[in-house]
Amino acid sequence: MGSVGDYVARIEEACGEEKSVIVTFKYDKKDEAIKKILAKTEKQQSLSSIILELTFKGVSLRLYVTGKAIFRNLKSKEEAQVLLSELLA
Amino acid sequence: MLDPYKIREDFPILKRKVNGHPLIYFDNAATSQKPGQVINAITSFYENHNANVHRAIHTLSQEASELYENAHSEVAKFINASSLEEIVFVRGTTEAINLVAYSWGCHNLQKGDEVVVSLMEHHSNIVPWEILSKQHGFIVKYVDVNGNGTLSYSSLEENITDKAKFVCLSHVSNVTGVINNIKQVAKAAHDHGAMILVDAAQSVPHMPVDVKELDVDFLAFSGHKMLGPTGIGVLYAKREILEKMKPFHGGGEMIREVSFDPSVRRCNISWNTLPWKFEAGTPHISGGIGLMEAVRYLQRLGMENVKEHEEMLTKYAMQRVRECRKVTVYGPEDPSVKCGIIPFGIEGMSSHDIALFLDSYGVMIRSGFHCAQPLHQQFKIKSSARASFYIYNTREEVDRFIEILKEIELV
Repeated sequence: MGSVGDYVARIEEACGEEKSVIVTFKYDKKDEAIKKILAKTEKQQSLSSIILELTFKGVSLRLYVTGKAIFRNLKSKEEAQVLLSELLA
Repeated sequence: MLDPYKIREDFPILKRKVNGHPLIYFDNAATSQKPGQVINAITSFYENHNANVHRAIHTLSQEASELYENAHSEVAKFINASSLEEIVFVRGTTEAINLVAYSWGCHNLQKGDEVVVSLMEHHSNIVPWEILSKQHGFIVKYVDVNGNGTLSYSSLEENITDKAKFVCLSHVSNVTGVINNIKQVAKAAHDHGAMILVDAAQSVPHMPVDVKELDVDFLAFSGHKMLGPTGIGVLYAKREILEKMKPFHGGGEMIREVSFDPSVRRCNISWNTLPWKFEAGTPHISGGIGLMEAVRYLQRLGMENVKEHEEMLTKYAMQRVRECRKVTVYGPEDPSVKCGIIPFGIEGMSSHDIALFLDSYGVMIRSGFHCAQPLHQQFKIKSSARASFYIYNTREEVDRFIEILKEIELV
């Protein structure tokens, strides 16, 4: 059982009117984090060799193979924290 | 002409890779990279001369003081100020503007007065005035921008009336790179008896700036955007204005004397000479020395050459970006009215997606509001992606950037 802190280096609310939250995974844990997230999310499509469009509990997110993710239309980073705790458990 | 390939050899960070790709650093409007000369100057200070400045008679303090004072003089020459007395070291542009707002504004602005800013300002040239206006009752008026992001000079003329006491304007927009005609604005301000402060954070690093020619009262800029370290910046002001102004912060260094009067049990305080009157506490000595080295580096290159190189890159990038069907560039299309900053969007992608996509290929750009939300509201956009160039960027980097934008368009 992993926790958010084991996998996530930073969670930031994006600047701009889009209510997005940017997540950066720890470099040495990013592959493991991506694997866990892929196992629990619904894959919509591969947007390119480096981006995956996913959904989880109705929330849309884009996962980058470089170890970053954007959660869309969230109210706050706390909301992302809750989703990540489920995704990375 | 600059040789960016030779310049790149001076910047250790440009040798690294990001996400397996050679680093392309296009976030220069946020901060610049640092050459070895600046890094070494800071290291050398700590290894050889480190001591607190002023009022100590030992050798190290004398050396540190001389270096720190020389840094002020070097900066003064760089912007053609009359002397080091007109150069106050601060943390950065934001602190410089706040210094003026609190030290000058608090004592000179009152109900009925007007402070004129523009809608293209960085938040740091809006927020201090809005805060103070609520305390002192003066009005903050906003000059419009045209649809292409240039300043509306007719709106400026309308807004600068005899009620205007202070005009605050950026020399170059940090979002669009639009260059404002400061000489014209300074004249308009002075004709109405107002003073002018220029946010030069995006101009001093990129073009020759002569405070006498512009005839500005205050000019603020940051060291870290011009090859220097973070935490050091500059407030230039005309000497006679600084002499009349009250100090911003109180403490050591900024005083000449603090004498206790036992008859009233209070202290009488007299201020230090300029510019130290405005530099309370132990200053950022190594930062000042790093900034001096950055200034020397830019002077060796020649600021006309710096400007010319960025104009060439901007023109080239603006021309090549037209090949991208889904890319919209915000701001003026004419590269001759702007500095090396290109704000853009891609249909169907948020600015953060664009930035993350480029990051995956080692290209660093910025996304969001760039601390200029009112300008984004004028453009009716939620945010923007921004590429910004400097002396070490090359046409090949622009080519790679365009290739990746074309890949993003296929997503």
